[in-house]
Amino acid sequence: MAMTLAEKIFKTHLKDEPFPGTKVLNIDVVLCHEITTPIAINDLVARGKDRVFDTNRIKVVIDHVSPAKDSQTALQGKILRDWVRRHKIKDFFDIGQNGVCHSIFPEKGFIRPGNTVIMGDSHTCTHGAFGAFAAGVGTTDLEVGILKGVCSFRDPETIRVNLNGRLPEGVYSKDLILKVIKTLTVKGATDCVIEFHGDVVKGLSMESRMTLCNMAVEAGGTSGVCMPDEVTLDYLWPFISGDYKDKKAALEEFKKWWSDEGCKYAKVVDIDVSDMEPQVTFGYKPDQVKNVTEMAGTLVDQIYIGSCTNGRMEDLKIAASYVKGKKIAPLVRAIVSPATTEIFRQAEANGIIKIFLDAGFCVTNPTCGACLGMSNGVLAEGEVCASTTNRNFNGRMGKGGMVHLMSPAVAAVTAIEGKIADPRKFRKEAI
Amino acid sequence: MKKFGGKVLFLDRADINTDEIIPAKYLTVNTKEELKPHMLEDLKIDGFAPRDPAVLASKVIVSRANFGCGSSREHAPWVFEVNDINVVIATSFARIFRQNMFNCGMLAIEMPEAAINELFEHKGAEAAIAIDFDTDKLTISSGKGSKTLSYQLMEFDKALVKAGGWVEFADAKY
Ligand code: SF4
Repeated sequence: MAMTLAEKIFKTHLKDEPFPGTKVLNIDVVLCHEITTPIAINDLVARGKDRVFDTNRIKVVIDHVSPAKDSQTALQGKILRDWVRRHKIKDFFDIGQNGVCHSIFPEKGFIRPGNTVIMGDSHTCTHGAFGAFAAGVGTTDLEVGILKGVCSFRDPETIRVNLNGRLPEGVYSKDLILKVIKTLTVKGATDCVIEFHGDVVKGLSMESRMTLCNMAVEAGGTSGVCMPDEVTLDYLWPFISGDYKDKKAALEEFKKWWSDEGCKYAKVVDIDVSDMEPQVTFGYKPDQVKNVTEMAGTLVDQIYIGSCTNGRMEDLKIAASYVKGKKIAPLVRAIVSPATTEIFRQAEANGIIKIFLDAGFCVTNPTCGACLGMSNGVLAEGEVCASTTNRNFNGRMGKGGMVHLMSPAVAAVTAIEGKIADPRKFRKEAI
Repeated sequence: MKKFGGKVLFLDRADINTDEIIPAKYLTVNTKEELKPHMLEDLKIDGFAPRDPAVLASKVIVSRANFGCGSSREHAPWVFEVNDINVVIATSFARIFRQNMFNCGMLAIEMPEAAINELFEHKGAEAAIAIDFDTDKLTISSGKGSKTLSYQLMEFDKALVKAGGWVEFADAKY
């Protein structure tokens, strides 16, 4: 029978089907951060079940509030650190070597095609960019994942999104996903996996694919996925070269996960991107999206470039290419937060950090921080932020604040203008 | 099993997200009890005040489509739980929130829009909902009369509620 990628992963990872329509899967990778894991740890300890199913398949980072901002966040870090030591979990990334979870775990090569991945974080869908089934879960699912290496899901349906045409200048993967969310609406993909196909997706880097998959949950999706291909292979090769005879053999293996010809989709959406404009959100829902020309001129107080959506090297490069040699507008403040320590190091080495500093940006260490209104750039009541993050919910970056979601390119030119601007009207400098 | 039913809190808006149910700044707590005073603190609906005694006396929430979207934080069901609200009834739920509810042994009941509209007719009339878990029926009664409606749950979700949550279920079985 023709199967989707998700159906194949469900079949190969099936542990139990306790009731019709519900599948309990074996989980390959359980990811943890300091916001949702400590309560799970405390509960396991309280139940006398302070165990982990496999120390090698649990990966841990401190990222949300990093470094700790107060005693409570310090305690969350301590609970996590003590647990990591107690169970000798070797893949732990503390401050100084950390990064935003959905950026650092792929960077370390932890996610492979065909994997099942869970984390107590809704943007876990990001890792589907590697052809994995990666889903955000709550603390209880995380707790059972840590203890038993299993998680329950309903049978997945799949929505196929075909992105075809030629990507216009100034339009990037963030614009694509905002357009997709606008098309599907914030609940259009609930209980579904979103598969991204088409010439445009084939031509995207892994970083851009992660941006696409990252926001699948903003349409309600369980996971976003891309078919693992040569691009995936090149990205993963340093980590997997020992496991295969050659690249060809690895690619053959990857292709086994591809959705079959004739598989069943809940829905197919075709989008031609050739005439697309850069996209920007208005309002408090991620499906409230307009063309940049309609939003241009909106005054902002803060510009934020970072997060698991758009804080990767590619994003910083794009933003820097617009910022180079310019200054941010008077009366605005701009923050750039490289998503991982490695990205920070590279951006430093190739002069990108200097470009931002010279333009008047504040450069922070890698952390989620402002993205969820915790630290490093929280908004005051009534303030407006142009942001490359993924959620514009009321209060998300600070109570009473307004967030406009956009690509790093739009954010960069918005910083220069002090109001939302159209990158197609600006010259890009070589980096 | 938890206790289900009681006074109703009507939240007449779609897409209520978990940031509105419990803002991120409270995710630094290490016990559920600490969440209690902050339930629905950032929710903006005309006429809604999170600290209103009527809100605090509620035991059941009735709302619209895509309830609980956004962040995966289980703090959202927990803040309801510590405020004695163990049931949310809505047109639809976001997946993670719905799973979190059942994982905690709480009820997330999905009903068609027409049925939800019927429930909303009792808004503003001191409504209460009684749940008959065994027969999958609920009865709403208020100054405007009373009505019994059927709902459906997945077998797995019922089993989680009976077991008291996913940890108990999984630990006994896997
Ligand atoms: S960067 Fe923002 S969206 Fe991404 S994991 Fe951190 S808090 Fe969540």
